[in-house]
Amino acid sequence: MHAWPWYVSGPIIGLVVPLLLFLGNKLFGVSENLRHICAICNVGEINFFDYDWKSKGLWNLFFIGGTIIGGFLANNVFNGDGNIDISKKTVSSLQTMGIHNFNGLLPAQIFSWSSLTHPVDIIILVAGGFLIGFGSRYAGGCTSGHAISGLADLQLASLIAVVGFFIGGLIMTYFILPFLLAGLH
Amino acid sequence: MKGNIRYIIAGIAFGFILVKSEVVSWFRIQEMFHFQSIFMYGIIGLAIIVGFISIQIIKRFNLKDIEGKPITIPPKDITQYKRYIIGGIFFGLGWAMLGACPGPLFALFGAGYTVMIIPIISAVIGTWTYGKLRTKLPH
Repeated sequence: MHAWPWYVSGPIIGLVVPLLLFLGNKLFGVSENLRHICAICNVGEINFFDYDWKSKGLWNLFFIGGTIIGGFLANNVFNGDGNIDISKKTVSSLQTMGIHNFNGLLPAQIFSWSSLTHPVDIIILVAGGFLIGFGSRYAGGCTSGHAISGLADLQLASLIAVVGFFIGGLIMTYFILPFLLAGLH
Repeated sequence: MKGNIRYIIAGIAFGFILVKSEVVSWFRIQEMFHFQSIFMYGIIGLAIIVGFISIQIIKRFNLKDIEGKPITIPPKDITQYKRYIIGGIFFGLGWAMLGACPGPLFALFGAGYTVMIIPIISAVIGTWTYGKLRTKLPH
């Protein structure tokens, strides 16, 4: 499986920023959609979710609808299968953590319905998702809104958020995830 | 509806490139947080540079969107610096734990990793919890 070269895909991803600005003065940011979904459901009458999601967020919900279709086309129609071509050092660090299957985009040991019988796996999927949803709204954006849109607009707030992303990410990578993965076996 | 078709097309392009570039891959995120390849840093870095140059051109020439309206980018409120660092740390914990951020979650779901519906639902609940606790949290 061969990824598109990073120096090709990086600039194309960056072009999403001006594309959305030109299409209708929209700022690229995926995690806002999680808020819009809460606004649609409007459970518990919370102020933060009491706004007109149709005028504010319908475009973005269409955008992530497209993202789902794009993911489908990329993996099923223009098929890419086989082992992932990551750094050998990463392969050996992951092997010491008990990851042995490098086929596809995600390790099947964690990301498959059949592995969901394992409590550690449920923790990773449920807690990981929760932290992403809680943290992105708390920080006011995620990788797209802060790391790409925000830094491209030289926003200091986004730089602080990205520093936070890496503090959290490194704590998880070095101090928590190895123990969770050890629990998978 | 009609005015939103363009955003579906933009989203398709985005989801397609997310998968083909492998930035949706758990393995790539592990590689990034272990600092073992330029791959993810090169992608994010070049995306920022291209975004920066585009925004500079838009501002310099006062470019308008396709409906002829001026393009404006609202600045982020820097007085709430606590939310960025604390919220950012929570987000980073989740990003490394799951090996995916919100865009890739949706792209992976489309790519056939349907189990990703669990973290997507969980992320909606996380967002709701933030909304519920927002007034009690330091910003």
